Amino acid sequence: MIKKEMIAMLLAGGQGSRLGVLTSKMAKPAVSFGGKYRIIDFPLSNCINSGIDTVGVLTQYQPLRLNTHIGIGIPWDLDRNIGGVTVLPPYEKSENSEWYTGTANAIYQNIDYMETYNPDYVLILSGDHIYKMDYEVMLDYHKANNAEVTIAVMPVPMEEAKRFGIMIADENGKITEFEEKPEHPRSNLASMGIYIFNWKTLKEALITMADQPALDFGKHVIPYCHKNGAPLYAYEFNGYWKDVGTLESYWQANMELIDIVPEFNLYEEYWKIYTKSDTLPPQYFSNDSVIERSIVGEGSEIYGKVYNSVIGCGVVIEKDAVVRDSIIMNETHIGSGTECNKAIIAESVTIGSGCSIGVGHEAENETSPKIYNSGLVTIGEKTDIPDGVTVGKNTVIFGHTEASDYENGRLDSGRTLVKAGDWE
Amino acid sequence: MRAIGIVLAGGNSSHRMKELGIRRAVAAMPIAGSYRSIDFVLSNMSNSHIQKVGVFTQYNAGSLGEHLSSSKWWDFGRKQGGLFVFTPTVTAENNYWYRGTADAIYQNLSFLRNSHEPYVVIASGDCVYKIDFNKLLEYHIDKKADITVVCKDADDISGLDRFGTVRMNEDYRIEEFEEKPVVAKSSTISCGIYVVRRRALIEMIEKCAEEDRYDFVRDVLIRFKDIKRIYGYKIRDYWRNIASVDDYYATNMDFLKPEVRNFFFKQYPDIYSKVDDLPPAKYNMGAVVHNSLIASGTIVNGTVENSVVFRETYIGNNCTIKNSIVLNDVYIGDNTHIENCIVESHGTIKPNSFFKGEDGIRIVIENNDRFVI
Repeated sequence: MIKKEMIAMLLAGGQGSRLGVLTSKMAKPAVSFGGKYRIIDFPLSNCINSGIDTVGVLTQYQPLRLNTHIGIGIPWDLDRNIGGVTVLPPYEKSENSEWYTGTANAIYQNIDYMETYNPDYVLILSGDHIYKMDYEVMLDYHKANNAEVTIAVMPVPMEEAKRFGIMIADENGKITEFEEKPEHPRSNLASMGIYIFNWKTLKEALITMADQPALDFGKHVIPYCHKNGAPLYAYEFNGYWKDVGTLESYWQANMELIDIVPEFNLYEEYWKIYTKSDTLPPQYFSNDSVIERSIVGEGSEIYGKVYNSVIGCGVVIEKDAVVRDSIIMNETHIGSGTECNKAIIAESVTIGSGCSIGVGHEAENETSPKIYNSGLVTIGEKTDIPDGVTVGKNTVIFGHTEASDYENGRLDSGRTLVKAGDWE
Repeated sequence: MRAIGIVLAGGNSSHRMKELGIRRAVAAMPIAGSYRSIDFVLSNMSNSHIQKVGVFTQYNAGSLGEHLSSSKWWDFGRKQGGLFVFTPTVTAENNYWYRGTADAIYQNLSFLRNSHEPYVVIASGDCVYKIDFNKLLEYHIDKKADITVVCKDADDISGLDRFGTVRMNEDYRIEEFEEKPVVAKSSTISCGIYVVRRRALIEMIEKCAEEDRYDFVRDVLIRFKDIKRIYGYKIRDYWRNIASVDDYYATNMDFLKPEVRNFFFKQYPDIYSKVDDLPPAKYNMGAVVHNSLIASGTIVNGTVENSVVFRETYIGNNCTIKNSIVLNDVYIGDNTHIENCIVESHGTIKPNSFFKGEDGIRIVIENNDRFVI
């Protein structure tokens, strides 16, 4: 018989629309982070480091990049004879075929997968946060309290509490009440979207609530369990945990990695973050290069100047190029003499020579000011930018652009340049 | 691929590798920041679709064994074939170490007997190169050779006494073979890579063993050269063997040249190695890096010039590393000057140290206490 004490279900189907063009061709968990990683590497590494070797990854939105990244789980040691990683997309059924309509609905549709492993506990994770957490300690807490549901929470500043699901717990950690995005929060313990369920409790709840449209953990399943008197506990987490849901917070979290002693330390020996790395060679710096306060991934070649930046793998920065306060993802090429300021440049982008990116005054973005702000320039994957153009702030560029797309060689601050259409 | 692979990785050249040879077999020597020398032959075999490879180890195989602990990095973890490591074992018939390369093969003759592939590629584990063994095998069959030896014209005719040299006729048949000659008659050197029919190899190795002969070059190639058809296959691409500290230093420094990096890192196919899952390299305020290779997991606070820095090294404030090779996991304290050196792995160098190779490369082995915050 197959038996796993705890298995994990990782929700990785979300688009993460506030990341703009970064998620136009991939789900948010597949977005690069910290030079060589992708966001999903953090929960996956946490799983294996916590001794969880069975992980179902639920995908829906643009799954190709995620699928190729996860493969059979080799980088995380999740290639197992029994268990390991399984990608679980929505599938057609003889009746009632549907997409994953909510977080809990996605789990509901995979009851058979979970049943295979006869778990005592099921850990629910989301694939869009940056943190290191030992789920085994959380499980110990869950067991010690005889809880049926344990929710990981973290204290947030009171004024921000209204953006989260807030748990109100007694001195033993037992949850007495909860509020979803309350106007006047009565506690600052925010749910992190990480739950441990007794499998029986979860299964019963999912089956009973199956007909609820857009079945959601926070809105439906947790309240249902609470109403039925299941003991709910809050597990307080005080480490680094970052939601990288907006471009601004994504940029900020990357920039924190270059501090002298970063709050989120990737250099720890005993809690490694694993990722699929295609590139092995060391990085090369030429005689004219300048590098300061930056991290650089494998196989990159730096001939220009790099300040305060996060550089991925296989990136080439040509001579006399200047990169400042920017994130440059894998396999991107920055031409000679090009200047990049406060830019997020996705994978496999080619920027010509003599360009000025991220210059000029601030102006509100014309199409999506809620997404493209904070003075950032965002450039989507596989974009081409011709030689000698000037690009302002709060701009977004995506697709194969040509000199004729830039009026007088300029893309003013706040402009959006997205060349639609499929890949050539 | 119709061949199996044999990698001779038992070599002890500790006297020529000086202190670097104490720690590990030559095949496990770190190369180019992220690799070990055996990665090149294993990647070449894997990329040529050789599926079954035996690695013969003997001398100081600990470090090598760690590196080979999983065969998945070179894609040998398959049902058909696989990566097999053969260390000397005592059996009912034999209680010797490997007394030579031919003896190593003899002691593991069942590996050859139990294979069905008609050919064997034999290569040593201490060379840095890229080759398609399919082309070599094609050539071998074309020439109707019994043994084909990969050769290269030496760029530099001094120091040929480290190699075997060959002289060929106009049809590339080898007429003369000298092992480590004092005065070489030819500047074409053998690269230590051979292809031979499996049954013929078994026969020759058995004959050797009967006569108590143990060395593949001396007792097979040289003795049989007139009765067997031995051909040379010339390569023109990069090939270098790590026979001495100077070779080792020069090989690593070669990777600072764009054409060498381009050949190994960018041109198809790739060279594989064990993946270490280290974070990106980090450059703090005050870091200066010129014409150098830096591997992942390294933290740089000082100056690095014309050097190769391996993984997980820490370079303190105000340090200068010049014309040097720093191996894995070295901690270099502040205000240290290192010039013309090879710093041995896992070392800890105190602040304010000064190391300089005056005439030649100096090997630095410093094992001070390391305090980790």
